[in-house]
Amino acid sequence: MTNQIINDLTIQAATVNGSGSQTANLILTRAIFHMGIPVAPKNVFPSNIEGLPTWYQLRVTPQGHMARTDQVDILVAFNVATWHQDLKTVRPGGVVVHEEAFSTADVRTDLTYYPVPFSKLAKSKITSDTLRKQLANMIYVGVVAGLLGIPWEALDHAVKRQFLSKPKAVPVNLEAIKVGFDHWQDNFSKNDPYRLEPMSGAVDGKVLVEGNQAAAMGALMGGATVVAWYPITPSSSLCENLIAYSDRFRTDPKTGEKRIAVVQAEDELAAVGMAIGAGWAGARAMTSTSGPGISLMAEFAGLGYYAEVPVVIFDIQRIGPSTGLPTRTSQADVGFAYTLSHGDTKHLVLLPGTVEECYEFGRDAFDYADRFQTPVFVLSDLDLGMNLWMTPEFKYPDKPFDRGKVLSKADLERLAGEWGRYRDVDGDGVPYRTLPGTDHPAAGYFTRGSGHDEHARYTESAEAYAANMDRLARKFETARADLPAPVIDESAGSPIGLIAFGSTHAAVVEARLALAAAGRPVDYLRVRALPLSSQVVDFVSRHERVYVVEQNRDGQVFDLIRLALPAELVDRLRSIRHYDGQPIPADAIMEPLLESEVVPA
Amino acid sequence: MSATLNRVGLPRDAYKGAATTLCAGCGHNSITNHMIKALYELGVEPHRLAKMSGIGCSSKTPAYFVETAHGFNGVHGRMPALTTGAQLANRQLIMLGVSGDGDTASIGLGQFMHMIRRNIDCTYIIEDNGTYGLTKGQFSATADLGSVQKKGAVNTFQPIDPCAVALTLGCSFVARSFSGDGKQVVPLIKAAIAHRGTAILDIVSPCVTFNDHDGSTKSYSWVKDHEESIADVSFIPFFEEVHVDYEPGTVRDVELHDGSHILLKKLGDDHDPSDRRAAMRVIEEGRAAGHLVTGLLYLDTTMTDFATTERIPDRPLMDFSEDELRLTRDEFAQFMSEFA
Repeated sequence: MTNQIINDLTIQAATVNGSGSQTANLILTRAIFHMGIPVAPKNVFPSNIEGLPTWYQLRVTPQGHMARTDQVDILVAFNVATWHQDLKTVRPGGVVVHEEAFSTADVRTDLTYYPVPFSKLAKSKITSDTLRKQLANMIYVGVVAGLLGIPWEALDHAVKRQFLSKPKAVPVNLEAIKVGFDHWQDNFSKNDPYRLEPMSGAVDGKVLVEGNQAAAMGALMGGATVVAWYPITPSSSLCENLIAYSDRFRTDPKTGEKRIAVVQAEDELAAVGMAIGAGWAGARAMTSTSGPGISLMAEFAGLGYYAEVPVVIFDIQRIGPSTGLPTRTSQADVGFAYTLSHGDTKHLVLLPGTVEECYEFGRDAFDYADRFQTPVFVLSDLDLGMNLWMTPEFKYPDKPFDRGKVLSKADLERLAGEWGRYRDVDGDGVPYRTLPGTDHPAAGYFTRGSGHDEHARYTESAEAYAANMDRLARKFETARADLPAPVIDESAGSPIGLIAFGSTHAAVVEARLALAAAGRPVDYLRVRALPLSSQVVDFVSRHERVYVVEQNRDGQVFDLIRLALPAELVDRLRSIRHYDGQPIPADAIMEPLLESEVVPA
Repeated sequence: MSATLNRVGLPRDAYKGAATTLCAGCGHNSITNHMIKALYELGVEPHRLAKMSGIGCSSKTPAYFVETAHGFNGVHGRMPALTTGAQLANRQLIMLGVSGDGDTASIGLGQFMHMIRRNIDCTYIIEDNGTYGLTKGQFSATADLGSVQKKGAVNTFQPIDPCAVALTLGCSFVARSFSGDGKQVVPLIKAAIAHRGTAILDIVSPCVTFNDHDGSTKSYSWVKDHEESIADVSFIPFFEEVHVDYEPGTVRDVELHDGSHILLKKLGDDHDPSDRRAAMRVIEEGRAAGHLVTGLLYLDTTMTDFATTERIPDRPLMDFSEDELRLTRDEFAQFMSEFA
């Protein structure tokens, strides 16, 4: 055999939703990860409970690329409905493991086929009638393990890890994998270049975490005590994980009392309203949703901004407009969330680009909300939130909570009760607040979404209104400098810059390596928050051409940056957009960039 | 002459608020006064009171009582959500929500119903005038079928009765009254506050500007002529002794969670407030007869409120520190390792 391809391949499993394929996919992922090989899984699933096609892409690279790729090396074809379509996705010279019963008339001749009688094997070798359908998927894990040389020890580990809380499931699953493993050994000889070999050092200290798990952990460590939510894909798993973690870490084992209140609300309007009510009363409060929920939250978002109530709102973005594609990823809520609600409303927005940042921003968002007494949006997306990502272990927080400017009873006594809820004492636009329950006659004030003066009293005074709005703008400027700064890498010393944010980061990292290899190194600035840091303008000023890469149709952040630039810099900005709902691959950055950079002959 | 002080050492004036900006004669102003009286007599500590409201004439009123208490005038129809969150953040707060018929029965009907389902510990007062006052006199969803607008338009839609809705949903405290009937409203407010769970108090409160004419069923004269109280209500707070000097069998005595008592003196037919079907019947029969049935319609003191059901500690959640909320370093390290 010539030209072995080792540890650099993409497996795509085409299966049927609801058939138990996800467990099989995860076991395969964990087994390869256990071999010390970096993995990057992407789950492409339908908005459906059972029966529609679903795909799982497992990318393996020695460099640890985390972005999706369009190039499939090994297709595992389990779904007859998509069989012909799936064949088209395999790169020339690729491998197809498929159900033997699928018709192979007129199939491509540039691929290597390994037909496996999955149904027959399941019928004859899996004794449990009730589990047969589920376990049939495990047979493919065994076949692929044989094909790629995954050692049994890694499979054994992966199954045990997968069923950590259900050890009874371990032997039956291992048995099913063994059926496939043995079938490979007994029936095939290796006829393709793809192999996996254990690596050392590539995944040391790394774990596999979904962004929504990371954000839930962040919320827990950030001190969330009131959580109100309404189920919606792809955000539900954030609160579901948070509930599970709270059962474990926030429940008094003796009394059963919980140091967190979770409400499944009747809709997103109520969910964010509850969180704002709790934030007003001094709790660290949050909700989590996706685009359609964000639309419903617009009303309360304005109240939160204008009445200055801390609250954290997670938006795990999916494709819109309207219902859109509920199970596909996007970065198209940025512009809307940033100015959510009528009137001159604008919000603080955190843009995590990795699962580690889902954790850190999920945690620190509560500090920002308290410090600036305002809603803080954390914009993740389906790709970050619902896929497993390889990440360094998260760090334990090294700072206590920052509860912001809260006047206690003692403070009020010291001030002899002289204070104004919306008065700018420190010149930073951030006023002081008291919390309900503070036992001082001057503590109480009347919070309202209608016009108010420095003492929170109702007013229709033009001067008082404008002065308050100016102070809110001042507060926003204070926050601008305090939010997570952009991450800038100018080591390429290139005249070309890339700007990206959120989950696009993974594709940018890979694209930059490829561009450098192609003799086109580029600098990089990753935006991590809105309002934009002044460093963004500086970065553009230091580069001749700057490409803003994002996963939405209209170039929403491209537009925000253009608005921030002085007129003479605007022409330097270019826009690269990817918006088909699939996580952006590196090619989608490289190709348009190289095309644009071609010097006319 | 020094003012009489209540059990927490405050005079009645301490329960007053800013001057009302509602119309002279508005039923809501009477309710505000009843509120002041009830809160003063109960000896509620102002710093423990949280006055919540939505949008509308009714929702302005929390500014007009207990000025030193915290208040939150939120968005239209969403008072229940804000109240739910605030209550969970701090169970020590006494949540007192004031809403209107538009706020409750139209834009906020969903939140009203779901709050009841959850049995959030709060008092929810509906200042019900059957009309949109601030927007100049449109019908609200509680306007009776056939009732007439000031300019003559006739309401052709069935009304939503907040009490009937609340009963259907298993609300643990349902009462109706009339803003002009302080003798009944004051003890009902006290009982609602003492009750642990969602207490719905629908108070018909005439709008003197837009809905106090002939043909309205929310006018002073109509209610005065048609009010039918099911029982005389008196309230004995936990800090006072119960002295019952009624004839045996003429008074029902219901004890609330905090040890307070509601005494219900029979007027006509005996109404058992622990019988939900009887409450529905009383409302229906009253409606059929063209009466406004008032009084304590239903009370269930056995139902647990949401925070209790959810095992939320009495100590306010907003009080917990990072040491109590974060995982320990060991727990964190163990948890992280489980993702390997």
